[in-house]
Amino acid sequence: MKAIKEKHSLAMRWCHWVNFPILTIMIWSGMLIYWANDEYSFTLFGHTFFRFFPEWFYRYLKIPYRLSEGMAFHFLFMWFFTLNGILYILYTIISGDWRELVPKKNSFKEAWLVLLHDLHIRKMAPPQKKYNAAQRIAYTAIIFMGIGSVVTGLAIYKPVQFYYLTWLSGGYHFARILHFALTLGYVFFFVIHIVQVFLAGWNNFRSVISGFEVVNETPEPAIQTNNDEHSK
Amino acid sequence: MKPLNQLFKQTTMSTPNKKIKKELTVQQKINRRNFISFASFTILAGGAFEGWRWLYKSPQEAAGGITSGAHQPLRRALNKTELVFRRIFSPNHLVKTYPKSRAAKHVRVNSDIGVEAAKKFDPASWTLNVIKKGGEVLQVSLHDLMALPKTEIVYDFKCVEGWDQISHWGGVKFSDFIKHFQLDEYTKMDYVGMETPDKAYYLGLDMPSAMHPQTLLAYEMNDKLLPLQNGAPLRLIIPVKYGIKNIKRIGTISFSNSRPKDYWAERGYDYYSGL
Repeated sequence: MKAIKEKHSLAMRWCHWVNFPILTIMIWSGMLIYWANDEYSFTLFGHTFFRFFPEWFYRYLKIPYRLSEGMAFHFLFMWFFTLNGILYILYTIISGDWRELVPKKNSFKEAWLVLLHDLHIRKMAPPQKKYNAAQRIAYTAIIFMGIGSVVTGLAIYKPVQFYYLTWLSGGYHFARILHFALTLGYVFFFVIHIVQVFLAGWNNFRSVISGFEVVNETPEPAIQTNNDEHSK
Repeated sequence: MKPLNQLFKQTTMSTPNKKIKKELTVQQKINRRNFISFASFTILAGGAFEGWRWLYKSPQEAAGGITSGAHQPLRRALNKTELVFRRIFSPNHLVKTYPKSRAAKHVRVNSDIGVEAAKKFDPASWTLNVIKKGGEVLQVSLHDLMALPKTEIVYDFKCVEGWDQISHWGGVKFSDFIKHFQLDEYTKMDYVGMETPDKAYYLGLDMPSAMHPQTLLAYEMNDKLLPLQNGAPLRLIIPVKYGIKNIKRIGTISFSNSRPKDYWAERGYDYYSGL
């Protein structure tokens, strides 16, 4: 029998969908700023594998010569990005949802099993509550990355007034590198996230908009059978 | 009309009444919630998109003002943000300093607006003009400045473009300069304006930043007199601002209660540009 199972609270959904466009704008305006001094590349043993960013990439996204515009956008949307993040963290603390989000002791071990399962190497996924071990790690890490972006951002934005944040970020020069690397992290997160959402299917996706999942509730047998087919 | 208490009763009883109507099936509930949530989502997303389009296509500031070149709403945001960070500003917050050995030997030259090599300029005939009340001009020679106590700083110079370089400067603290020439009354004003002798480059500084203890009127770089392309004979070194506010070859200093004109603020950049 079909049944409604509540999954994501309104606050959770709100923060998620508000963050998405804001982070997109922050990354885009960040690139307008970065272009003015685009010195980073991926170099290993003297060989440059990739330069951030190639000329065609800039041209395609109309990045060049927009530093002042990028700064103006970046320093407006930073407020929304930070406020939304604070709102989310406060919500998870007050509601107690953090318990389902932070990794547990065995999460780091279990995350491997989840990965193996996702790659179709292992048949069984470890048992989970709302989020599996890999999700717990990812969704907690992304919050720390967000905090990291705000801290390193402030460290390069006001390095004199927030000199302690600049110190904490390893100095002005290094803070800029961290700020950039964290952004690469978001892009990496986004790619994995989209693939997972796609694989997880409609029911899962809908729950991030409507808040619930539809489950098939079969009356629980009094004695658990060890028939695997039954649970499928 | 029904008495009030009966009305109240009715509302409190409404839950069981509804049940009598007809209970929704699970599928109906699912459809209903799907519709409500997706409709709200679409409306909010559409609103957000329209809001973004409005901002992205918002008109630019008119040319000719103290600030221009930015989208009007974004300029308002920059100015509001300035107010927040002005509250955080403290003269006790100092830029990190380094030993002399860390200072770059080849100091980056990023701009020559107002100090172009092609323009004839003789440092020997230079004097600094300080515009006082009533149009009176105080003329200060490099010799006068060098007679004042010298302050040196080795710090990480930061360009608005994103690069930074540790460099070594020597000169007179702006606050010492003010004191020595008895310009104290002018520090009650809100802004300091500076201009190159040819008036090609100019900027405005809020008074607290100008009076910050690390702000220098610099005439030395790496223990030698400034080279021309680095701003000889006198330039500003203001570590609480981006490089764009570190004017080279200062010709005129003035004071005002409104924002003095500023080269980069006319080109879309934040007027404050504080660090």
